[in-house]
Amino acid sequence: MSDIADWIKSEVDAHDVVLFMKGSPQFPQCGFSSVVVQILDYLQVPFASHNVLENDELREGIKHHANWPTIPQLYVKGEFVGGCDILREMFEAGELRQLFEEKGVPVAAT
Amino acid sequence: MAMEAAEIDRLIREGLPGAEVTITDLAGDGDHYAAEVVWEGFTGKTRVAQHQLVYAALEGRMGGALHALQLTTKTPPA
Repeated sequence: MSDIADWIKSEVDAHDVVLFMKGSPQFPQCGFSSVVVQILDYLQVPFASHNVLENDELREGIKHHANWPTIPQLYVKGEFVGGCDILREMFEAGELRQLFEEKGVPVAAT
Repeated sequence: MAMEAAEIDRLIREGLPGAEVTITDLAGDGDHYAAEVVWEGFTGKTRVAQHQLVYAALEGRMGGALHALQLTTKTPPA
């Protein structure tokens, strides 16, 4: 495995919740990344984040980790959960909150 | 780089035979589309797997020639 693939794997495993995005939670630089940050903030879920715009190797490498071609990407307890579309759909259906509860991730009370 | 709605529609239909595809141009710039894909083959698959099937049909253009595709996948009503 390449260095970047090793690093991605270690980051995905190191954090309960980690978001690979464009920009940072304070300054998202893409509408889709911004939507995911807002969802996580609304649910008050603590999360680590990585700005793929700062590292082209990461920007490309992350697409191969879970065979997902776009950014943002959210991982919970080492598993790929989705990009913006799926996370928004899950959030609206209450499934995202349920997932966090099932995985033992602290989430805001309803 | 951009793509025509008709080409997205064609690629998805070829990749997912029998799928019902609805493409909406969100910005008129050939770069921001929404697509709803209803296909029998999605049955029993997670949303992630369903979306990956659509991305595979788009033969690597997703995230490249096609910057933004707001995707919704469904199985046909029972």
